[in-house]
Amino acid sequence: MTGRIDLDFLCEFPGFRLDAHLSMPGSGLTALFGHSGCGKTTLLRCIAGLQTCAGSLSVNGEVWQDSKVHLPVHQRPLAYVFQDTTLFPHLSVKRNLEFGYRRIPESDRALSFDDVVSWLGLARLLTRMPAGLSGGERQRVAIARALLTSPRLLLMDEPLSALDQRSKQEILPYLENLRDRLAMPILYVSHSVSEVARLADHIVIMDQGQVVDEGPLQATLARPDQRFGLEEDAGVILTARISERDDTWHLARAEFDGGELWLRTDDRMTVGSRPRLQVLARDVSIALTRQPDQSIQNLLPATVDDIVTDIAPGTSMVRLMAGSTPFLARLTSRSVHTLGLTPGQPVWMQIKSVAIVD
Amino acid sequence: MIETYWEPAWLTLKLAGLTTLLLLVVGTPIAWWLARTKHWLRQPIAAVVALPLVLPPTVLGFYLLLVMGPEGVVGQLTEKLGIGLLPFTFEGLVVASMLYSLPFTVQPLQNAFESVHAGFLEAAATLRASPLDRFFTVVVPMARNGFLTAGVLTFAHTIGEFGVVLMIGGNIPGETKVLSVAIYDHVEALEYTQAHWMAASMVAFSFVVLVSLYALKGRPRAEMVR
Repeated sequence: MTGRIDLDFLCEFPGFRLDAHLSMPGSGLTALFGHSGCGKTTLLRCIAGLQTCAGSLSVNGEVWQDSKVHLPVHQRPLAYVFQDTTLFPHLSVKRNLEFGYRRIPESDRALSFDDVVSWLGLARLLTRMPAGLSGGERQRVAIARALLTSPRLLLMDEPLSALDQRSKQEILPYLENLRDRLAMPILYVSHSVSEVARLADHIVIMDQGQVVDEGPLQATLARPDQRFGLEEDAGVILTARISERDDTWHLARAEFDGGELWLRTDDRMTVGSRPRLQVLARDVSIALTRQPDQSIQNLLPATVDDIVTDIAPGTSMVRLMAGSTPFLARLTSRSVHTLGLTPGQPVWMQIKSVAIVD
Repeated sequence: MIETYWEPAWLTLKLAGLTTLLLLVVGTPIAWWLARTKHWLRQPIAAVVALPLVLPPTVLGFYLLLVMGPEGVVGQLTEKLGIGLLPFTFEGLVVASMLYSLPFTVQPLQNAFESVHAGFLEAAATLRASPLDRFFTVVVPMARNGFLTAGVLTFAHTIGEFGVVLMIGGNIPGETKVLSVAIYDHVEALEYTQAHWMAASMVAFSFVVLVSLYALKGRPRAEMVR
């Protein structure tokens, strides 16, 4: 039963106006992305009903809010993971987990207590009090507590932002695991490109209370006319398959639709795995002929698809197609002019670095 | 001797206990409202609640006597309802004590409620807890120390009241003659031995109450970490 999440909100807050009109897929992980202050958290709070905003909202066919209906927070079948953990300090981990679980009818409990506890690795923590947990452990308990209400929509407000780098790395695999395991749609607020690149299937980009762009992650990030100022982080995401490992040079060959890339590898890149790769626009350069005598390993034939003047002055964003896979290259406008690049032209892409994002 | 000692003591405990119980029931919603509202009436109402702190008890007692008397609004109402007049009755004393001790209930509770971060209530709401459910399962346990302080302060303050009792209750044995008034009586009559017994037992009682309060509150407890 995958439907859609449709929303339409328009309201004024002090110094800020939210004007969001969206239709998102009713499954998978959708990232609400934007700089701080763009309204992504406010939008999430309006969806939860924590903030009152005129408009309408329906989730997979169920109306939660319109001109006649306005379900209060506790009657919306959602779960919310907050930026700071809000574990109840007077309850043990187990009692915290049971807080929502006990409040939904038994027939609605789609996820079992023991399953969720084991997915998030909490079995050893059940008798502890929240004050005695590390930041990462607390956030894992908060995620489990949210899941145990078997929500029909999971809202996550920058769940990693309050954590240090190590705790982030500790939680990310759990999030990936949940994304793949759960049928419920997840809305994930973030201002981190790397988190979004790693987790999201779909992206909604916000700026000043408005949605400026949205769509499937890979296609949206591959648009050359970026209205959303990713600046240095602009680049494409692609899914590849590891087809060969070269242990002498610690490299792995990743095949994708339209070519192959050599990656520096570590032990987890086994043949047959399907990592998500990120190629930043600033790491791609263009040559009209194949340049064999140089250090860059990844040289791919591609076709110029589109050229757009970039936000930064004097630069252009060029979209290239290698087979059906798009790449972006950020060049100076002068280079575009001297090379005489035009759409449809065959060129060689030189890719300086490829990041493995999951 | 035994009789004249225990009667005021029992009356004092009854008055303080009943006042505390009723004030916790009445004061909790007032404190909650004051802690959460942005209404323009918040400041005036907070000031009214705090008035008994600054007014001399005799002023409070004097106006209560007028209002609850046969010419007063409340007095006429209670007479119409068939309750009769409240001054110089135990019930009248309870009403007066409640007003007199109101800030001692409301202020600790309000402070405790204000320190319960709104995030916990929002989290509880997203975990399907209704407003009343949230209050009893999140706010009350987290404001536990506030309730303890409010209860003990109200109880102790009521035991210690004198001026209001004298104005509104007089000195009727078994009805309004509480310990503080009885001590005053004994001293007036130069019965120092009796006065000593009562006064010393009040000192001891107050000390024990306060020590147990601090012991209860000071118990090491997992502090909230956010």
